[in-house]
Amino acid sequence: MLDQTFETPKPKVIAGAKHDWELVIGMEVHAQVASNAKLFSGASTQFGNEPNSNVAFVDAAMPGMLPVINEFCVEQAVRTGLGLKADINLWSAFDRKNYFYPDLPQGYQISQLYHPIVGEGEVIVDMGPGVARRVRIERIHMEQDAGKSIHDMDPNMSFVDLNRTGVCLMEIVSRPDIRGPEEAAAYIAKLRQIMRYLGTCDGNMQNGNLRADVNVSICLPGAYEKFMETGDFGHLGTRCEIKNMNSMRFIQQAIEVEARRQIQIVEAGGTVDQETRLYDPDKGETRSMRSKEEAHDYRYFPDPDLLPLEIEQDWVDNIAANLPELPDEKKARFVGDFGLSEYDASVLTAEVESADFFEAVAKDRDGKLAANWVINELFGRLKKDDHDITDSPVSPEQLGGIIELITKGDISGKIAKDLFEIVYTEGGNPAEIVEARGMKQVTDTVAIEAAVDQIIADNPAQVEKAKANPKLVGWFVGQVMKATGGKANPKAVNETVSAKLGI
Amino acid sequence: MSIDTATAAKVAKLARIKVEEDALPALAQEFNTILGFIEQLNEVDVEGVDPMTSVTPQRLKRRVDEVTDGSQQDKVLKNARDAREGFFVVPKVVE
Repeated sequence: MLDQTFETPKPKVIAGAKHDWELVIGMEVHAQVASNAKLFSGASTQFGNEPNSNVAFVDAAMPGMLPVINEFCVEQAVRTGLGLKADINLWSAFDRKNYFYPDLPQGYQISQLYHPIVGEGEVIVDMGPGVARRVRIERIHMEQDAGKSIHDMDPNMSFVDLNRTGVCLMEIVSRPDIRGPEEAAAYIAKLRQIMRYLGTCDGNMQNGNLRADVNVSICLPGAYEKFMETGDFGHLGTRCEIKNMNSMRFIQQAIEVEARRQIQIVEAGGTVDQETRLYDPDKGETRSMRSKEEAHDYRYFPDPDLLPLEIEQDWVDNIAANLPELPDEKKARFVGDFGLSEYDASVLTAEVESADFFEAVAKDRDGKLAANWVINELFGRLKKDDHDITDSPVSPEQLGGIIELITKGDISGKIAKDLFEIVYTEGGNPAEIVEARGMKQVTDTVAIEAAVDQIIADNPAQVEKAKANPKLVGWFVGQVMKATGGKANPKAVNETVSAKLGI
Repeated sequence: MSIDTATAAKVAKLARIKVEEDALPALAQEFNTILGFIEQLNEVDVEGVDPMTSVTPQRLKRRVDEVTDGSQQDKVLKNARDAREGFFVVPKVVE
């Protein structure tokens, strides 16, 4: 069983003119399912295609067209639910959410209001070693994405592309358990990480495949605890929903800006209106989306085109049995099995590809040394070249080879860095390179002694000084290292110099 | 439940159906007749009866995750009042 003991982080406090205020945040995250085809049609989900080329007549809402559900999307929603340790509902159903907008040709979005496929779960959001926030998940439901409107191609007209219309989204709804902008970003990052491990959503925020609506309210210190005890939202302030954000940085900025706006209103004796707002990163402010308010009456009703979605427990169990190791488990295992610090384990498990790479390097080798090399040398070098771990020029076998040479004492740490650079830029087998280029560390005492004798013989004045000031031993070691091209074992050199000088 | 003319006007607006002011009372009356019938159905005792979603035992039909449709931009745009560069073109809507 996973050790889930951690401290709860302190909520973010913003000082108003009159009081200190705390933040209460809940999020609705829309994650695009990584499927080939759409939720209810056979059109492609491929990003960046010609406008209106990924469109079946179902997506364009042509008369008489009927939706047929993509079973893979259902499976991904279930997988995501299981990854968030949530209840899976064997019986769920689709509803129509009615509103008019040019990028929604049906005039309604097919969603799951009354009977979502996934119920309550949780996400552990790490906020530093031993500190984490448990964020409860209220539900996950499947729904259709809308199309895309482009407003800057003509002064008077909007251009509509339906390629995204009908793509399957998972809407992941949290409880108001998030207590600050950093936690909000960390929550999204954790969801993204889990879904990337599961392979259910690629987490590409730039393409809009992961985006969030953020509900923000403020309260006086102590009020949140009362809310948690009683479940009574009356203890919290009125919330505003900031719509559709797809950048971690903007999410944090928007929350801070919105909280300060609410504090100002309340401290001036006003009241916050519950409304939908939009964050403008250029102006650094949120503004009201009045148009959304009017249309808020969605007149949901069960979609008569779709039977309820019934899935079998066996099918769910089979998905559960085939879940990959998830980030929390993997991190705990890296700490336990390889003796890594929690920090290093977090870095290595951030992306599943990094974790796999590290494991291949560390297998049957020194885990801590492997972690150091992957994190400090490899990640640093990849970053410099703007490479991903997936296109690393150094393979796990090559890096493992370098580490073996260090462990065996064949090369020094310094030479190892040179060797790494050679392997990185030129490729090749590390052991063979060391052999061919004479990079092997000299541990042979005779050779070291000869080098030390030579330096001592050449520098009688320094020898005298060193006898008076033992710190000068370092100078001799340096000279010997230089003379041997850095290949001498520094420890052996140090001992020999000290012995020869008699200090 | 009773529908007044204001509610009828709101429903018409949400449905984007233009209804002249003088037609609203008749519309509201029609709504009330329909709702009256529904209310009559409420008299039936359905305690413990699962809602029936199909007259024959059926399972929701599924499709496999394969791209089988699309690549028909011309057909999709054929009935559009205005289309340019592969897009539908509509009067400006900005948030």
